[in-house]
Amino acid sequence: MNFHSGAAQLAPLAIVIPIIAAAVLLSVGRWLPRTLIDVLATGTAAATVGLDAALFAHTAGGRVVTWASNWTPKHGHSVGIVLVADRVGSGAALLAGALMLCALVFSWRYFDSVEAHFHALMLLFLAGMTGFALTGDLFDMFVFFELMGAVAYALTGFKVEDPTSVQGALNFGIVNSFGAYLTLMGIGLIYAHTGQLGLAQIGQVLDRSPLDALVVIAFVLVVTGWLVKAAMVPFHFWLADAHAVAPTPVCVMFSGIMVELGVYGVFRVYWTTFSGILPPDDIRRALLVLGILTAVVGAVMCLMQRHLKRLLAYSTIAHVGLFICAAATLDDSGTAGAAVYVLGHAGAKSALFLLAGVILARYGSVDEATLHGKGRDAKATAVLFAVAGLALSGLPPFATSLGKAIGEDALLARGYWIGPVLFVAVSALTGGAVLRAGARIFLGLGPVPAEDQQQTSGDQEERETQSLPRMPATMMLAIVTLVAGCLVCGIYSPITHALGRGATRFVDHAGYAQQALFGRAAHSVALPTGIDWTTLGVALGLTSTVLALLVAALGLYAEKIRRAAERVLDPFAMVGSGLRRLHSGHVGDYITWVFIGVTALAALVGIPLRQ
Amino acid sequence: MSHYAYFVAGALVLVGGFGIARSRNLVHATICLSIAQAGTYVLLMAVGYQTNAPAPVFGSTAKPTKQVVDPVVQSLCLTDIVVSATVTALLLALSIQIAKRHDTVDPDELVALQG
Amino acid sequence: MSRTARMWLLGLGLIGVGVCYALAALDLPSFGSTFHPYRDMAVPAAVAHGAANAVTSIVFDQRGLDTLVEEIILFGSVIGAVALLRPSREEQEHGPSPMGRVLEPTRLLGYVMLPTTLVIGVDVVTHGHLTPGGGFQGGVILATGLHLLYVAGSYQALDRLRPVALFEHGEAIGAAGFAILGIAGILTSAAYLTNMLSYGTLGQMFSAGTVPILNAIVGVEVASGVIVLLARFFDQAVLLGHQRESISVPQPGELR
Repeated sequence: MNFHSGAAQLAPLAIVIPIIAAAVLLSVGRWLPRTLIDVLATGTAAATVGLDAALFAHTAGGRVVTWASNWTPKHGHSVGIVLVADRVGSGAALLAGALMLCALVFSWRYFDSVEAHFHALMLLFLAGMTGFALTGDLFDMFVFFELMGAVAYALTGFKVEDPTSVQGALNFGIVNSFGAYLTLMGIGLIYAHTGQLGLAQIGQVLDRSPLDALVVIAFVLVVTGWLVKAAMVPFHFWLADAHAVAPTPVCVMFSGIMVELGVYGVFRVYWTTFSGILPPDDIRRALLVLGILTAVVGAVMCLMQRHLKRLLAYSTIAHVGLFICAAATLDDSGTAGAAVYVLGHAGAKSALFLLAGVILARYGSVDEATLHGKGRDAKATAVLFAVAGLALSGLPPFATSLGKAIGEDALLARGYWIGPVLFVAVSALTGGAVLRAGARIFLGLGPVPAEDQQQTSGDQEERETQSLPRMPATMMLAIVTLVAGCLVCGIYSPITHALGRGATRFVDHAGYAQQALFGRAAHSVALPTGIDWTTLGVALGLTSTVLALLVAALGLYAEKIRRAAERVLDPFAMVGSGLRRLHSGHVGDYITWVFIGVTALAALVGIPLRQ
Repeated sequence: MSHYAYFVAGALVLVGGFGIARSRNLVHATICLSIAQAGTYVLLMAVGYQTNAPAPVFGSTAKPTKQVVDPVVQSLCLTDIVVSATVTALLLALSIQIAKRHDTVDPDELVALQG
Repeated sequence: MSRTARMWLLGLGLIGVGVCYALAALDLPSFGSTFHPYRDMAVPAAVAHGAANAVTSIVFDQRGLDTLVEEIILFGSVIGAVALLRPSREEQEHGPSPMGRVLEPTRLLGYVMLPTTLVIGVDVVTHGHLTPGGGFQGGVILATGLHLLYVAGSYQALDRLRPVALFEHGEAIGAAGFAILGIAGILTSAAYLTNMLSYGTLGQMFSAGTVPILNAIVGVEVASGVIVLLARFFDQAVLLGHQRESISVPQPGELR
């Protein structure tokens, strides 16, 4: 039994270094010049990336287990808290660190920081996300989740002079906190039933328990908080509001990794704790239904937006639906597909958000209609926007396309032909919406769309920086790094192979407990099937890209088409309009949907089990 | 009657959620969120209780024994209370700013984010 | 959604969640049962590490990482609330309006209770490992005790005796102190946040290793954080007092 490897202390250090730096920034921030604050914050993020990378390297041979406060287990029992860093978890932490580094580089010098408070909050956000990805204790997950949440509410409302900002932050705060309290109810139920709080320990007890209503409802309640964060339908309403108003570097973190950590949380809890007791077919069906619904709603709402950041937010919701569908296959290939897709999506979506930030800085608006044709002279921005939009549509060889291909393959292998259809359709619709916006803004194609009272306009966005005539080098560097990263991860196969092996370990229920509780070294794992590029994958990727260009072209002339084919398209328009009215910005509506969502999930999981 | 405490906990969460959903004032909604969280305190403490067991504090008169009320849920509850206080503070700060920017704290009148 | 539609949907959701929770609650061990496996391990561990208050031992020693993050949640929320409550470019700093008269009994009570509360607060913090209490509880008592100056005196009196910058430093020291003490654990015993000082005898002032030290650090952080938080809310109250007429709050019974 070995719990004292040298790498074991990397995990707590990766969590704590940003905390100490944030405390220093709070204390001396008022006296430091802006450049020094930027250097300190960016340096801390870089150091955290280094620690995460070292931890990731150590996960090649298995999981890195850290028992905090030295409470190593005796005979598989311990009173302490464990941090279990496996490849997927440390990879998520590494992604969070890398995105934070890009976000801080982007906000270099130009973003108002209020005595280093912005930087301190960002570093605490990084600490919360790192901890959530690395912990192996259910209550500790909740605590890190609340840290992520509290700091995120403050960051979302950071532009206090903007009326929409503070409203979006409040909606975000109330809905996410309520979801977290439902999770805590679930944790209380599980603790009463098993008497344990560690993921591995609970799993051990549940493996030997009979299946009853308590376990099912506890599962539903525990994952509710994570699903609210992941913005699965019908918990998704807060996401568009929060993304529309948060400062650009913060949106990068939200769409790039925070929302995906919700999906991670669901499957981490499932695999370590409930996979021995809940029948996989049941969970698979429930999550697939909700995942498909999420993807469709997200894609449809995405098409109907004129506010650039809301458009990107709904695209994130649609992609989260795809991540859930891929991971809901409940095997190593699907999980690997979800992991690679998350990686690629982080690069492409973050770049798009940063480009939206550049557009806001340059032209003072993020409204597609207002910006019609304004971007004709912004060559570099236009090219990057096009490339990122094509990456989002699933153009090979970007990592988004590879993740999509692996996910489609995994769903097909399970007999779900709807998988590839959904993936292609959603990538085409969301990528098409992005490309349509780009064509309108940078090429001035198509007529200027009419005013629509039901939509949120992008003209009310307050400037985050002073007016910038050209894209500063730091912003360009951040965006190019992200797009290049998306491309590299798709081409350089050792990265995807590493994630693939990590996925195989992620779904290993028994191995997790053996290593965390008994220190038994992990055996080596095989690559999941379908982890490389296949002809079918490339073909589907090209199909979705071509369809995206078609959707963009149709979107440019949407008004004319609607008038020409009014009788045929009217029912669709009514459905779309009704869907849009549901997204009312009213926090009471959102909480109502949370209750409906919990009921729906419980029904989907529980009713088939009554036989 | 042996499960009454658990039902009280569930009722508090439902009442809190009901309050937020029909609220006409953001400060009221924030307090309803705290009420919902109070349900979690009740659940945790109810789970940890043991009949006729003393508090888990030892001294000259109370010798160390395992037959005490569960101290683990008390530490969870402490964390929970701190989280509640901090979230309430943030939401109230946001309510103040909303009041200043929108001249109202009625969610029905906040129509800036639609579609 | 219209209000009626929302109420119907809400009713459906509440019934659904209520039924689910009731089904689960019925399978819980009955209230007051003896099934507490975690307690059976935690209490002997607490006693072995010399802590007379098992709860504090769990909070700071056994599940210390949770407490560190909890403290940082408070730290981050205070930074966030301060950032959210910053005065905008147009708002100028108005001085507080002159206070009304404070009743003599209130003033007397303030004179008596302020030092008493502060002493009780320090007592709760320092004896957290021996009797019920601890850093969080004592920190809140200290912070709110200081505000008796406002209740029994005036806002100006509070403002003069409460340098916010000092308390921001206190917050930072509390937050970083906990984290750095954990790193000291790595340097001495190869695990983060280990309780590496001597455990002493159960019930003595200097027992339970690092627990009293962490109690004190958390007490400083919580007290400073709450004082800073309340200071910013007070600033807003002063500002809002000058703008109260323009904000619409629906009165009870008002139909819209």
